[in-house]
Amino acid sequence: MFKIKQITSLLAVVAVLFGFATESFAAKKSKTLKNTIKQGFVKCGVSQGLPGFSNADASGNWTGVDVDVCRAVAAAVLGDANKVKFTPLSAKERFTALTSGEIDVLSRNTTWTLSRDADIGLTFVGVNFYDGQGFMVRKNSGMSSVNDFKDGISACTNIGTTTELNMRDFFNSKGISYEPVAFEKADEVVAAYDAGRCDTYTTDKSGLAAQRTKMSNPDDHIVLPETISKEPLGPVVRQGDAVWEDIVRWSLNTMIEAEEYGINSGNADSLKTSDNPAVKRIVGAEGEMGAALGLDNDWSLRIIKQVGNYGESYKRNIADTGILPDRGPNEIWTNGGLLYTPPAR
Amino acid sequence: MNAKFKKIIPQVLTLAFVALIFGFFSYNAQLNMENRGISFGYGFLSQESSFDVQFSLIEYDGSHSYFRAYLVGLLNTILVSVIGIIFATIIGVVVGIARLSSNLLINRAAAYYVEFFRNIPLLLQIFFWYFAALRALPLPEDAEPIFGVIFLTIKGLFIPAFVWNNLDIFMYSLLAAIIAIIFIRSYSKKLRENEGKHIPVLYISLGLIVGLPMISFIIGGVTLSFEIPELVQLAKTSFRFNGGLGLPPELIALTLALALYTATFIAECVRAGIQGVSKGQKEAAASIGLTPNQVLKLVIMPQALRIIIPPTTNQYLNLTKNSSLAAAIAYPDLVLVFAGTALMQTGRAIEIVSITMLTYLTLSVSISILMNWYNKKIAIKEK
Repeated sequence: MFKIKQITSLLAVVAVLFGFATESFAAKKSKTLKNTIKQGFVKCGVSQGLPGFSNADASGNWTGVDVDVCRAVAAAVLGDANKVKFTPLSAKERFTALTSGEIDVLSRNTTWTLSRDADIGLTFVGVNFYDGQGFMVRKNSGMSSVNDFKDGISACTNIGTTTELNMRDFFNSKGISYEPVAFEKADEVVAAYDAGRCDTYTTDKSGLAAQRTKMSNPDDHIVLPETISKEPLGPVVRQGDAVWEDIVRWSLNTMIEAEEYGINSGNADSLKTSDNPAVKRIVGAEGEMGAALGLDNDWSLRIIKQVGNYGESYKRNIADTGILPDRGPNEIWTNGGLLYTPPAR
Repeated sequence: MNAKFKKIIPQVLTLAFVALIFGFFSYNAQLNMENRGISFGYGFLSQESSFDVQFSLIEYDGSHSYFRAYLVGLLNTILVSVIGIIFATIIGVVVGIARLSSNLLINRAAAYYVEFFRNIPLLLQIFFWYFAALRALPLPEDAEPIFGVIFLTIKGLFIPAFVWNNLDIFMYSLLAAIIAIIFIRSYSKKLRENEGKHIPVLYISLGLIVGLPMISFIIGGVTLSFEIPELVQLAKTSFRFNGGLGLPPELIALTLALALYTATFIAECVRAGIQGVSKGQKEAAASIGLTPNQVLKLVIMPQALRIIIPPTTNQYLNLTKNSSLAAAIAYPDLVLVFAGTALMQTGRAIEIVSITMLTYLTLSVSISILMNWYNKKIAIKEK
């Protein structure tokens, strides 16, 4: 398994070396959009299995809020939310896979940071989950807050994530010495922590909640209340294709704005005759929103009908599966959350 | 003139072809990276790495540079390779000789060991030692001390650390002993060859290597005490050991897996080497009155080594390269620290992968050169 992944990452590097460079910044028509229509599917990079975000069931069907972003893009561009080819990627491989063209959208619980956005040929298009890093400990350890941490604590985590950096900042600011034990794969982190190798397991809180379900006895573990970092997770595209970037951004925005205006997969068709012009614009009954993106005018209606609005996606993947029933910051701004999109007009 | 020209032409063409391919790839990569807005350069090596590493032989934390992180990974790779090679060689030689034993039990046991460990993928063995064997180890608070001072726990092996006073004087005495032994050995060889006299070199050497350091303790002011690992409570049910020398379980599992796996191949090299020396050699040596020990040391081994060394060199190279599987169990080797974390934090895939490949190449070539030198040294010297 591991070797295969190393080969994939090497192939990705080789792909950069071999790939033909004809893409031009000035191209009016998006090359990625053209290729996607020609292939008939959206090439989407996801995680190797994070319940609620991107997880494949026994028959290979992918579900999750990250998966739904790719499905929304497929519904908008190709008219069918199922026309997506998912590529599971490790934290280490994900950016190379995107920059080398192996995938066209990376929707893999990826934190938006300045250096990633600016430095390595990527563009973040938005946030589909507001998260923060936390700690999980064994319940019987008696630790109830990060203030109970003592010198020499060992912390299991993944390599190649912002987690490693936040962890250092956190322990340094507290003046606590610690032993970082960093694994390549999340499953190995869980196995090692579960065996007692580490006193605490640290990653994004959504990840902790999801991985807890994989422990041999989930009730033996608790997530500490503190959040030590900002982790805005969102979809990423390659830098340099502005049209494609806009399509992915507005596919996500459509899902969020649909929830804000109370449009869902059930009532979208009937709202075409709504009195509210904003609602009519979202379901494609007014204005020419699609043309600006190089799409037809029903693109957003298809997203809502086939994938649902953000709230439906959250409920189906994260709340109903018992991972994080409370939406916390991932609530629409009008309900006191952080989800606020620019208007579709 | 014409013949010379004919000879050169294909070589020039080949060289031009190789240069063209390299040029094409680097030009293409450059163009692609430019189009995708990726910059290229090694300047990131001096930037602050801002991530910590679990286990390091040199002083390191996140405030050091990426280059320092590279050194940490490199040294950890060298550490696990060197320990692995030493253990693999010892086990390999013992098992290789055991396979030739006339004792059926020893012979079969060695054969089963070789067949079993050689035929299971190394990565599975690493996972087995780390995840299966690790789970069986006790938590720090439940660990039974071995000899009262050594603790083997799920969080690692904790042994007493040496606390030296005037360590330099002790080291000088050791150095003096080693130099003296080298002199005595060459003197005894001369004595044997010129006058046929024997002096008990082994006993004199032992006396020197024990005696001189002893003297340094008595009159040199050298003292040695032990720092014994102490159990410390972190939380109600969380403990760790403080003080002493701690070896992370990742290092232990990796060394074990690498050594046991590679030893099977070395054992086969050793067996082949010994069997490759013709029987007549042994009989001839015995017939001129050499003792069985002398037969092995003076006649069989010098010839067997010539067969053993080249394939064993390959195994050393394999072990070093296989140590990159460390990343699977969180041992911070070059691949995990540099081609893993550092690559992800900087996004400099081409730079870091090329540095890493070059580093492994250099390591392998160095081992090769060292072993070739040794091989030449023991080869038949044609006069």
